[in-house]
Amino acid sequence: MGYQFDFGALASYLTLFLKGAGVTLALTAIAATIGIALSIGGAATARWGLKWARALVAAYVELIRNTPFIVQLFFIFFGLPALGLKMTALQAAILAMTINLTAYAIEIVRAGIEAVPPGQREAGFALGLKPVSVFVYVILPQAIANVYPALVSQIIITMLESAVVSQIAVTDLTHVADFIQSRTYRAFETYFVITLAYLGMAVGLRWLMTRAGRRLFAGRLR
Amino acid sequence: MINVPLWDILQFLLLAARWTLLLSAIAFVGGGIGALVLLLLRYGQPRYGVRLVHLYVELLQGTPLLLQLFLVFFGLPLLGVDVSPILAAGVALTLYASAFLAEIWRGCVDAVPRGQWDASASLGMNFLLQMRYIILPQSFRIAIPPTVGFLVQLLKSTALASIVGFAELTKAGQIVTNATFQPFLVYGLVALIYFAMCFPLTFCARLLERKLMRAR
Repeated sequence: MGYQFDFGALASYLTLFLKGAGVTLALTAIAATIGIALSIGGAATARWGLKWARALVAAYVELIRNTPFIVQLFFIFFGLPALGLKMTALQAAILAMTINLTAYAIEIVRAGIEAVPPGQREAGFALGLKPVSVFVYVILPQAIANVYPALVSQIIITMLESAVVSQIAVTDLTHVADFIQSRTYRAFETYFVITLAYLGMAVGLRWLMTRAGRRLFAGRLR
Repeated sequence: MINVPLWDILQFLLLAARWTLLLSAIAFVGGGIGALVLLLLRYGQPRYGVRLVHLYVELLQGTPLLLQLFLVFFGLPLLGVDVSPILAAGVALTLYASAFLAEIWRGCVDAVPRGQWDASASLGMNFLLQMRYIILPQSFRIAIPPTVGFLVQLLKSTALASIVGFAELTKAGQIVTNATFQPFLVYGLVALIYFAMCFPLTFCARLLERKLMRAR
């Protein structure tokens, strides 16, 4: 093999690399926060909503879960401006990631709600709580605790899939890799290091969120 | 702007969708064989097989598929292999599928009661005979619904092959968009074609799962 590996060529791009990792993490954090909040509403609608609202949520979930993320991203970034909805690449990326994560999270949260024993809801009502209070204070905490590990996995999957947003020129970690390899001609080394960085971020994020979960749902986590 | 009839656009996209299906099939068959080997390694004799398979699965599930694709695309030439887009996409998706299928099937093998292993061992069967006649047939039934479910994920993942220049459905969408300047229509159609391919599989998986639940 005549190829000499040269990882040293990458060292001078450390700042750029950190910036890219920051963008990837920020995108994930925003999409996760908005996505989980929306999915709680979506799951509640799927469970107790009016018939047409339930059908709407079901259609949304099926449509997103049965199409590739990259097509959703292209549709939002290239397709929607034709309707007059112009947005920057960053906005499109956040929108696509949020829409994608929400669909998967609705299914997860719904399973969590269904696993809460019906007695909990009845007990809440027996105490004279309003329906909204029963949901927010009695059902929701238990539902989220039930499926917390699955939600963590879904957020990590979203982070890994977000590598695709580099294709619409969002300067995330993968885009930084594209840039570095075009400068150094060290494609394999660059992508190798960046892949390991993603692995580290995935492992770190899982560790952090599992610890946070133990605090948040003390004793409830299965 | 060139005016292209809707029918021509649709026809072009549908022709490209064949490549999406072919790539999915290659990855599924290759991944299935790979997963089977991993499974034998996992349950077979040298005990470090467990750790090795675990590491492999962690590596492939903990990194973006896009970067795995790039590593294969830029890595194979270093080994002296001349890569075409379909080869790179095929290899990367096969590795990806093997990791996921190995993890899914591991759960199914674990669901076979311990006594089945002991009973077959007491009949003097060696590891391969146990796997072939006792364990795999029993895990096969419960493995079908999640495997069909994974097929949907794999089919969607083939869209990333467009990035290394493989002309499947998503790439065809890009090409048509560049010619017609109708991204809303074209990407809408692309999404619908993916949906038409994936939804029946999703539906099947759900049906099979329900059937299995009732059988228990």
